[in-house]
Order: sequence, then structure tokens, then C-alpha cells
Amino acid sequence: MAGCAITGAIVLLVLLAPVIAPNPLSQNLLDTFSGPSTAHFFGTDDLGRDVFARLLYAGRTDIEVGVLAVLTPLVTGTILGTLTGYYGGWFDAIVMRVVDVVLAFPFYVLILALVFVVGEGTRGIYIAFALTDWVVYARTVRSATLVARGQEWVAAARGGGIGDRRLLLRHMLPNTVSQAIVYVMSDVVFVILAVVTLGYLGVGIQPPTPDWGTMIAEGQGFITIHPWLATVPGIAVVLTGLGFSLLGDGLADLLRPTP
Amino acid sequence: MTVAPPLLEVDALSVEVLRRHAGSFLAVDGVSFCVKAGGAFGVVGESGSGKSLMLRALAAVLPNAATAVGGSVRLAGRQLPHTGRAARRERRGRMAMVFQDPLSALDPVHSVGWQIAEVPRKVLGRAAGESRRRAVELLSLVGIPDAASRADAFPHQLSGGMRQRVAIAMALAAEPELLLCDEPTTALDVTVQAQILELLDGLRRRLGLAVVLVSHDLAVVRDLCTDVAVMYTGRVVERGTAEQLIDDPRHPYTRGLIDAAIELDDAAAPPRPIGGSIPDPMQLPPGCSFEPRCPLATSACAESVPVLEEVGAGRVSACIHHQLLAAR
Repeated sequence: MAGCAITGAIVLLVLLAPVIAPNPLSQNLLDTFSGPSTAHFFGTDDLGRDVFARLLYAGRTDIEVGVLAVLTPLVTGTILGTLTGYYGGWFDAIVMRVVDVVLAFPFYVLILALVFVVGEGTRGIYIAFALTDWVVYARTVRSATLVARGQEWVAAARGGGIGDRRLLLRHMLPNTVSQAIVYVMSDVVFVILAVVTLGYLGVGIQPPTPDWGTMIAEGQGFITIHPWLATVPGIAVVLTGLGFSLLGDGLADLLRPTP
Repeated sequence: MTVAPPLLEVDALSVEVLRRHAGSFLAVDGVSFCVKAGGAFGVVGESGSGKSLMLRALAAVLPNAATAVGGSVRLAGRQLPHTGRAARRERRGRMAMVFQDPLSALDPVHSVGWQIAEVPRKVLGRAAGESRRRAVELLSLVGIPDAASRADAFPHQLSGGMRQRVAIAMALAAEPELLLCDEPTTALDVTVQAQILELLDGLRRRLGLAVVLVSHDLAVVRDLCTDVAVMYTGRVVERGTAEQLIDDPRHPYTRGLIDAAIELDDAAAPPRPIGGSIPDPMQLPPGCSFEPRCPLATSACAESVPVLEEVGAGRVSACIHHQLLAAR
């Protein structure tokens, strides 16, 4: 519930950004570092840009990238996890060794390396996550599939003449995919954090497009005199993470299979 | 005039189980028996006697680690392949299986009516409406009250006994001539057990189904089956009619099973457990596998694996000392 409320409020705010906030890119060099006021909710930054507007537009970008970046891993990971868990054998062995290798790397090292190779910005982020993030889904879904496959209803359906394809799509997937969907919520948080981190390190979303990471990085230089510049986007990241996490918990309770 | 072959002929069926890094062993070793059309055959044994794997081999739904390695299964005279697509195709609409654990025998994400209708609709090619009607019909046939609305229930909304009835309805939906039941009452309360057994018996009589019932409980088998095989370490040690085996067992293991059963109405005869435990299937004794636990064992027992010998009209035993038991 709380998760729904927080996430809903944040999503609504960032969607309404064009209506409720001024242009995040327009500079006013005569009005820099103004503190929070009615004209500028969270004040202005070193270039006189409205921090509230930048915050909302940054949220738009970061949440959008976060949500989109988990879709490919979700789909490929679920497919691979189902196939490996159901059929086992050499295919399972190969895929799971790849999973082990990917998991053995420190995650950010791998993501940074990939982003450097394929290029900065959103395209790099999408590709980097598509290549690495599926392993978690593959593992989760594989173990759920292994559990489901041992159940007698699978033998009953096979004995009744139900083919493999139908068994996988209509019986296995509905039983296993809920675990992946619950994880998606935590993963969105994780990816948003990663996008923000990449932005902070300067290899994520590129300026002038606002992004919480770059906002924090830019505000950092003025942290002692104008603390809101780095703090406000930081709080936004925390709140978004909290909202999606709580949403994931609620979803997990809802989707937990009744035995 | 030729005599019609029995509905099911199992001849020297063997199942090999692979253990990772440990090699393999025969979990089912040369099991043979016949079931007449409309007949009821019981298989009794302890956990680990290979009876469930034997049944799964008949239905061609062995787990991955197990393979049928020998022998033949004939249905109405026609030999069935052990594995693969053809194995399942040739069994389709002819045999169906009811499993031990009604909690895991139904898919939790679909309504029971949907699950029962699935095989008629997708495998037998019936129309959706007809399949649905058939599902409701089957639900009332297996004694579920208010079947039309219960068809929309999900497995978790039903009790264990109800789920087992649904599982039986699912098996019947495949329109089998032969129903394979793997301990169908073990996971249920005693009162529900009796109901399910009665249901199976009624279905057998009304639909002319043949039933193979696997159980660890001689009493369950006696209630339902006319003929019985007793299995130990994957081998049939005694086979005959239910009456013969229970009133006058000719194998010490059968004797032991009877003595180990709890008789509620007879306080004078407390259950006597069989000493020792089932041997490691990877290291079976060289002779009779029951020899280490057997009260009648002599040195001759450990020399070679005894074969099934005829010990009476239509009954066989694999004990070289079966006369000792007959004398008692």
C-alpha cells in the first residue's frame, strides 16, 4: 500500500513535469544559487536553472531508463531459466556456467566496462543491462522451474499427452513467472541506482539532459554553501528506491502461490 | 478360437536409476504380471521397493534419472515403447495415472475444471464446450457435490480428499481403459482413504476400468484388488490372489508385512515389525535380497537370487523355504 502510494506519487509527479514545472534547461545567469522560494521550489543551480524542474525531468529519464532496461533481461532471463530448468542437460550446464561467470564479476566493474565499450548514454545502459542483468532472472526462474517440474501434476500432464510447448507455456510459466515479476521491482530500483551512479561518474545520461546522478555530481562542488543542490536529488533517489521496493514486497505477498 | 490376451501384460520389466557420481542400479528388476480387462491388481512393498517407479515406467512418465532398460509392456497384446513421443502417443486415451500426493498433483494456477478439460480439449481434440461439460460430468462422477460451481474452484480451495477426487477425474478425462494408481490414499485421512477406495472400486465396476494399485498397505490392496504382487528391492517376491497371500503367505517378507500391520480389533496380537532395514540398492546381497532380515534364512539363501517358483494354483513365491511357511 505504502509502496503503491509513494511510487504512484513519484510517477505522477514526473509525468506531470511539463505541466507543473518550468523548462529544466533554461538558464538565468542573473539568478544563480537562489535558495528555495515560491518561484523556485528547490531554488536554482549554478547556471540559474530551476532545481525542481530539473529534478522532475531527471526522474522522468531515470525511471524510464530503469524500467525499460529491465525488460530485456526479464524476458531473456525468464526464457533461459524456464528452458534450462525444464530440460536440464548440457544446455543447462552451459547457460549456468555463463551465469556464474557474469555473477563472479563485480557488477559495477562489468557495467562500466560494457558502457565504455558500447558508448555512453541510454543506448550503452540498455545494452549493458541486456547483457548482464538476465542472469539473475535466469537463476530465479530456473530454480522455480526445477521445483515445479518435480511436482506430480507435471508428470500427470505429460502422461495425459500434453506436449512440452503447452506444458511450458500454460503450466510452467504461470507458476514460475511471479517470482521474476516480484524481482523486477527490486531490479528497477537497482537499475535506477546504477543509472544514477553512471550519471554521477559521467558515463551515464549525458548533460544537458537532467539526471539525478549528474545533478548530484554537479551539486557536489557546492555542497558546503548550497547543500540543496546535491541533497534534493539524493532524497529523490532514496524515495524512489523505497517506493519500488515496498511495491515489490506488496506484489510478492499478492503473488505468493497458495499451496 | 483364440483367447483374447489380457489387457496389460508386463514381462520382465526393469528400470535403471542413475545416481550422480555413484553409478547406477536396477530399481525395478524383472517384474512380470498380468491384468485382465476390468480387473484390479495390487502391488505392495515398502518405500524403496521400486513399486512407484515400476508404475511410472508403465505410464512412461519416469523421472529423468530413471530409464526402463528391459522387458516389455503389452496393452491388449500390443507392445508399447518405453520412452519418447511414441510411448506417450500409444498410451494416450488408454491408460492414465493417479498420483500419491493430491497436494502436488494439480497445477495451482488453473481452476480444476480447466485442468480436467485440458486433456479432452488439447489431446483428444474435443470442442471447448463439450470438454467443459465433460469436466463437470466427471467431477460429479467422482462424487464432488455441486460439480458445476466446483469446476471453477482452484486446487488450494479444496481439501486433500477433494483434490484426490479431482486428480482421479483428471485421469478419467483421458478416457483410459487402465487406471494406474500410485498410493492414491497414502496422503489422506483414514476416513477419506476409505471413501477414495470405494470410489475407485465403484469406477472399476461401473466403467469397466482395469486398475493397478500400488500401496505400502496390504489392507488397502486387499480391499480393492483381486490379485497382488509383493515387491522387495525391485523384485517380485510373491504373487497370487489377495486371499491366498494374506491368509496363507508363502514368502517370509509377505508374512512380515502382515505381522507388521496394526490390527485395531486384536489387542492380543501386537504388530511385529520386520527387523533391520531395506538394503542399499547399490549393494544388494548376492542371494535373496531379504536374506539379511529373514527369520528363515539359511546359508543356501545367500548363494543365488531365488527365482519365482509355482507354489500353488496360480501363485508364485521367490522363497526357497516356502514349504516351511505352508506347513505353519
